[in-house]
Amino acid sequence: MPMDAKTIENMILESIPDSTVHIEDLRGDGDHYSAHVISSAFEGKSRIEQHKMVQSALKGKLDGELHALAIQTSLPKNT
Amino acid sequence: MQNVIFDRIEKDISNNDVVLYMKGSAEFPQCGFSALVVQTLSQLGVTFKDVDVLEDKDIRQGIKDYADWPTIPQLYVKKEFVGGADIIREMYESGELQDLLTQKNITFTAAA
Repeated sequence: MPMDAKTIENMILESIPDSTVHIEDLRGDGDHYSAHVISSAFEGKSRIEQHKMVQSALKGKLDGELHALAIQTSLPKNT
Repeated sequence: MQNVIFDRIEKDISNNDVVLYMKGSAEFPQCGFSALVVQTLSQLGVTFKDVDVLEDKDIRQGIKDYADWPTIPQLYVKKEFVGGADIIREMYESGELQDLLTQKNITFTAAA
């Protein structure tokens, strides 16, 4: 069952409140997304840790309902 | 039961400097993300062992539990989990991957 972009965005925003989230449906099938998450909460964390924060925001949907998610994380530009 | 799988994983990542847990084989990847990591390693001329998780559902679940990481592909360098496709690609483009390989004494061909 595909997920929709808004649901993904909201789950990430709920888990990482101080963030900006850009979701893109890579194939238009609701099953392959990319998420770019910008947040100061990522400060000082390794890439793996940052990605884990996004993964846990999606609480087990990855490799289940959500088949493929390309994750990109970054700090806000004006830090 | 899980210990048996973890032992197998430990053995693979101990006996091989670079191990890629992927969908499909390096020759025939079955997923875009896995193919991307294969491509990146090939571009760098890195020797690696590929493990096709589609062939073994115990390993497919086991490696996710081992790394506490929910997705495939997973790249290990000298027993350390480095990341999935997105992280590997970012590190390659920023040069961090090459630095890591150098640090760990893994041979690769520098970019032309």
